[in-house]
Amino acid sequence: MAFPQPRPARAELPRQLVRTLQCGQGAVRAARFNADGNYCLTCGSDKTLKLWNPHRGTALRSFPGHGYEVLDAAGSSDNSQICSGGADRAVALWDVSTGRAVRKYRGHAGKVNCVQFNEESTVIVSGSIDSSVRCWDCRSRRPDPVQVLDEATDGISSLKLSAHEILTGSVDGRVRRYDLRAGRLCSDYIGSPISSVCFSKDGQCVLAASLDSTLRLLDKDTGELLGEYTGHRSTAYRLDCVLNELDTHVGCASEDGRVYFWDLLEGSLALSLPVGPGVVQSLAFHPRLPCLLAATQGQVTLWREESFRPEGDPEP
Amino acid sequence: MAAESSDSEEEDLVSYGSALQPLQEGERIKKPVPLQEQTVKDAKGRYQRFHGAFTGGFSAGYFNTVGTKEGWAPSAFVSSRQKRAGRTVLGPEDFMDEEDLSEFGIAPKDITTTDDFASKAKDRIKEKARQIAGVVAPIPGTTAFDDLIGPSKITVGVELLRKMGWKEGQGIGPRVKRKPQRQQPDPTVKIYGCALPPGLSEGSEDEEDEYQPENVTFAPKDVMPVDLTPKENVHGLGYKGLDPSQALFGASGREHLNLFTGGSEETSNLLGDLRHSKGRKLGITGQAFGVGALEEEDDDIYATDTLSKYDTVLKDEEPGDGLYGWTAPKQYKSKKRPEGEFKYIGKILPGFSLASKPSAPIKIYPPPSLPRNYRPVHYFRPVITAGKESCQLQKALEESTGKLESDPTQQGRHALNAAQRREQLGETELKGPAPSVLEYLSEKDRERLKEVKQASEQQMKAKIVSQQSANSRFQVASPEEAAHKWQMHLGGQLANAGSSDFKPFAKNPEKQKRYENFVKSLKQGEKGERLERFFDQNMTEWERGREQEEFFRAAMFYRSSNSTLASRFTRAKYEDDVDKVEVPRDQENDIDDKETAVKMKMFGKLTRDNFEWHPDKLLCKRFNVRDPYPDSSIVGLPKVKRDKYSVFNFLTVHEPTTSVTQATNEKIQESNSLNKPKKSSRWDVSDKEKEKKDSISEFISLARSKADVQQQPPVPAKEECGTGTTETPPTVQVADEDKNQEEESGRPPMDLFKAIFVSSSDEKSSSSEEESDEEQQPTTSERQSETTKQVDIADCSSSNLQENVTASTDSGISSLPTSKQDLDATEEFGPKLPPAFSSGTTWQQQTEVPATFPGPSKKEKHRKTRERHKTKKERKRKKEKVINLNIDF
Repeated sequence: MAFPQPRPARAELPRQLVRTLQCGQGAVRAARFNADGNYCLTCGSDKTLKLWNPHRGTALRSFPGHGYEVLDAAGSSDNSQICSGGADRAVALWDVSTGRAVRKYRGHAGKVNCVQFNEESTVIVSGSIDSSVRCWDCRSRRPDPVQVLDEATDGISSLKLSAHEILTGSVDGRVRRYDLRAGRLCSDYIGSPISSVCFSKDGQCVLAASLDSTLRLLDKDTGELLGEYTGHRSTAYRLDCVLNELDTHVGCASEDGRVYFWDLLEGSLALSLPVGPGVVQSLAFHPRLPCLLAATQGQVTLWREESFRPEGDPEP
Repeated sequence: MAAESSDSEEEDLVSYGSALQPLQEGERIKKPVPLQEQTVKDAKGRYQRFHGAFTGGFSAGYFNTVGTKEGWAPSAFVSSRQKRAGRTVLGPEDFMDEEDLSEFGIAPKDITTTDDFASKAKDRIKEKARQIAGVVAPIPGTTAFDDLIGPSKITVGVELLRKMGWKEGQGIGPRVKRKPQRQQPDPTVKIYGCALPPGLSEGSEDEEDEYQPENVTFAPKDVMPVDLTPKENVHGLGYKGLDPSQALFGASGREHLNLFTGGSEETSNLLGDLRHSKGRKLGITGQAFGVGALEEEDDDIYATDTLSKYDTVLKDEEPGDGLYGWTAPKQYKSKKRPEGEFKYIGKILPGFSLASKPSAPIKIYPPPSLPRNYRPVHYFRPVITAGKESCQLQKALEESTGKLESDPTQQGRHALNAAQRREQLGETELKGPAPSVLEYLSEKDRERLKEVKQASEQQMKAKIVSQQSANSRFQVASPEEAAHKWQMHLGGQLANAGSSDFKPFAKNPEKQKRYENFVKSLKQGEKGERLERFFDQNMTEWERGREQEEFFRAAMFYRSSNSTLASRFTRAKYEDDVDKVEVPRDQENDIDDKETAVKMKMFGKLTRDNFEWHPDKLLCKRFNVRDPYPDSSIVGLPKVKRDKYSVFNFLTVHEPTTSVTQATNEKIQESNSLNKPKKSSRWDVSDKEKEKKDSISEFISLARSKADVQQQPPVPAKEECGTGTTETPPTVQVADEDKNQEEESGRPPMDLFKAIFVSSSDEKSSSSEEESDEEQQPTTSERQSETTKQVDIADCSSSNLQENVTASTDSGISSLPTSKQDLDATEEFGPKLPPAFSSGTTWQQQTEVPATFPGPSKKEKHRKTRERHKTKKERKRKKEKVINLNIDF
C-alpha cells in the first residue's frame, strides 16, 4: 500500500534577516552564491573581489587585481576557480586556493557587466557595455575570445547560461537566447532596456527585468508572455531579478531599498523585504534553500525563511 | 626299407594349410610388416595415398599428377609429313588412367546394366507415369510387356516392400476399409503444391453407395506424384524456347497432336518429358515401323523439308497496300491492323485464359487539321541589323517583304540591350545619365516626334491599302463608342501607366507595337477615330473591334498586375561603396511593429526574431554540444556584404549610412536631435529627448572644463572635485577621459573607443594629447556657441546623470574620486550603477518620495559647479581662438 506523496512543502520565502556582512569594499556591486550555495562572492567598487561564507559571516579571501570596480563574478562548478568582470574592461579568472589571477582576458571595449561560467567551467562568457558577449576559453592559452556575439545593438546588462544556451539581456530592449545545440538565435523584443535576465530552474521560462519597472516571464520556446510582475521601482539601475529555489516565486531588487517577491503563477506581490536605505544593487538566491543575498551599499544581507534558526542561537 | 618306411610315414601325415615356399639359398626370413606400416598399393605397385575423404577415392596419378614422377610431358613434335594417315585425334580416354576405365572408374569399359534396364521401381515417377500411360494409352496394358521384358534386378527397398506384401501401384501403409479406387487420375482436378491427405480427399467419394463387402480391406491409394520441375531459367513463365526437335517437323506436327489423343492432354503432358527423352534418343522414329502406341507424337512423319518452303528469290510480292517496297513507318503498319486481330500465338499458361474483352483502345489524337489554304512553304524574313547593312538596303528589303522587322522584341534575348530587358521585366527606369539624345527632349517633344513618325508610317501603309481603309471609314462609330466606354472605365489608371513597361503581346511584335501606340494615344485622351488608325488596316472591321477591346482589357489588366509586381521590389537603398563590411544577413528590424505588440502585451511571434546562428566549433566542444552546422564555416549569424557598419554604431545615433568621413558638427548635432526619439534603446526612456540633449551638452561642457583643467596644473582639478579624495587617478587619465568625451561629442565613436581602449593602461605623454586636442579645436570651436546655449537650457532641466554623481559625492563617504564618478556617469551607456551609498537623507524618506530623489539642494550645488565650468569654458574659448589663429597662419 503506497502512501500518497507528501504534499510538497509550501515554498517559504526568506523573510528573516539572519546576517549582515559589512564588506568593507566600497559599494557592493554584486553578490553571488557559488555553485552549491555555501559560499558567496562580493564584488566591490574598491577593485576587490571577496569570498565569504555568508552563513557564518566569515570572510575567506580577498582577490585584488582588478583595475576598477568589479561588477560581476561567478564561481566555477568545482569551486576551484572564480571569474569576474569589471569596469576595467577585463575578465579575470582567479584561482581560489592561491587567491591570484590566473588569467586576464582583455578584449572588451567597455565595462564588463556580467560574467558566467558554462556548466563545465571551461568557458567564461562575459557581457559588456560594448554590446558584445565574448566567450573565453579557459582551457587553452588563447588570448582572444572563442566567439564574439555582437548581435546586440546596445550594452549587455545581464547574461545567464544553461547547459547549451546563452541568454543575454541587452539595453537595446531585447532578450537574446543563443541556442548552441539548435544553432538558433531567438531574440525577444521587450522594448524597455533589460536590466536582468534569468532562466527558471526547469529551463522552460525566461525571466526578464526591464527598466519600465516590470518583470516579465516569457516562455522560452515561443517567447510568449507568461506573467508580468510590477510594483517595484527600477528605472535607472541595473538591478537583479531572481527566481526562488522552487520556481514558485519571482524576486527583484528595487530602487527603493526593498526586495519584492511575487507569486510566479498568480503574479501577486508576496513579499516586500526592506533591505536598506539605498538601492538594492544585487540579489542572489540560494540554489537549494530559501536563502537570499541582497547587496545594498557597502553591505550584504543574508535572509532566511522564518523557521530558520541559526546555529548557536538560543531559542527565543 | 627304411626309406620306404619313411616315405610311408610321410604319407600318413596329415598336412594342414599350405606350405611355405621353401627358402632359397641365402635369403633372409622376412619380418612381418607391422600393421601401422602396411600400405595400400595399387596394381602397379604405386602407393595409394588416401586422400579426399569427401571425394571418396584415392589420389589419381603420380602424387596427384599424371602417371610419372616428371609429370605430364607434352608429346614430342612429330612431323606429319610422312605419316599423315597415322595421325590420331586424342580422345578423353587418352588422358585417363587405367583405373578410370576399370569397373569403378569414371568411364568403365565393361558392360553393365544401365538405369533403363535396372529396375522398374527405381524411378518411381517414371514408373508411375508409365503405368498411367498404360491405362490411358490407346492400347491399354502395354506396360505388361515391359514387365515381361524387364530385368530382375530391383532395389533392396522394393524387394523388401514386396516381401511385405506390397504390390506395385499400391500405396504404402496399413490397409484401409474403403471401396476400391480406380487408379485413374481425375483429369479435371489438378493439384498444385502439396497434395491433400488421402483420407480427406476421398470423403465425398465414399458416399457413392455400392456393394461393399465387410471384411475386405484395400491398400491405401498411392500418392500421385506431382511433377515438380524447378524453374531454372530466367525466361517468362511457360516460355519454351525454340525446340530443336521441332525444327524440322515441328510446326505442323504440333498442331495436330491432340487430334488423336483427344481429351487426355494432361496425361500426354505428364508423359511429355519421358517420351521426349526416349524418342529422340532412340533416333529410330522409324517411318517404316509406323507410329507406335507409345510413340511420342503423331508427327507428320511423311513430311519432308523441302526448299520450296523457303523464299529463294527476292520477288516483288504484292503487299496489298500498294506501296511497292516502300517501308511504311511502324506506327502506320500497326495502326492498319486492328486490335482485335491480334492472335495469341504462344502457349497459354495454365491458370490463365485469353481475355475475352479487349483492353481499352489507345486513344489516338489526330494531327491538327490544317487550314485549307495552308502552304507548307517557309519564306525567310531577313533580320536586318541597323549597323551592318546600309539603310537603303534595309528599306528595300522592308519594302519587298512589306514587313517592318526592326522591332526589338523579335530578336533573341541576347540581342536585347539593358533598357529593353528592363522594359520587359517591368522595371522602372534608372535615374542615370540619359543614354540618348531623345532623353534630353521633353516628354511633350518626344511624343510629338513619335506621332510624326507614326503618321508617316501610317501614310505609307495607307497608300498600300487605301481602298480597304476607305471602306472601313464607314463604320467607325462602334469602336469609338467602345473607346469612350473604356476610357471611362480606365480613367486615371491609364494616366499613370508607364509607356511600355510591360508587353502583353510580346509574341506578336506588330500587335505589341499597335498596342503601345494605342495606349499612348489613349493616355493623351484621343478619341476612337484617331485610335482607330493604329490598327492594322488589313484587318476587318470586326477584327479591329475585337483587338481594340483586347487592348483595353490588356491596358487595364497588365497595368495593374505589373504595378503589383513592381511593388514587391524596391531599389537598393544604398549605393554600393568601396569600403563594405559584412553585416548579418538577418537583422532585427521593424521595432515599430514590435513596440506596438509589446504595448498590446502580445509577446510571442510578434516580438520574436528567430535567426540561424552558428556557434563556434570550439564553443560547441566546450559546451559538450554537437555542432549544429558541422559543414559550415560560418561563425555567428550568416553574413552578407553591406554598408559600413560597426560595432560602435550603438554608441551614436542610428544612422545606417554613417561613414568614417568626418561629418560636420552641425550635421551630427542635427542627426542627434533627429534620431533621439527613435533610439528606444537609449538609456533614459521615461525622460525624453530634451533631457538627452541636455546631457550631451553637459558632457560637452564638462569636457571643456576638464580640458581646461588638464592644461592647468592638476591641483585645480582636485579643487573642482570638491571632496577630499583618497585615491586620485593620475591626471593623465583624467585628461584622457576628457579627450574621449570631446571626441564622443565631436567625432564618430570609433575613435572614441579606440581612445578608451588605449587609455587606461598606457601612459601617454600629455603633450601628444594636447596635440590631439589642438586638432580637435577647429571643430569644437565651431560648435561652441551652440553648446553653450544648450548648457543654459540644461541648467534648469531636471535630474540627470550629473546630479546622481553629485548626490554620491555629497555623501562624502565615497572612497572613489569624484572625477572618476563623473567618468562613470559619462561613460555609462547602459543602466547606471547605483550610487555606492545613499545621501544623508534617511532611507525611509527616499522610499516615500522617490520622485524627488536626488534632492533639490544638491541641484543647486551642482549648478554652482556648472557655473564654474562655464567660466572655465570661456577661458578655454579664448585659448581656442589663439589656436585657431595659429592654425590659420
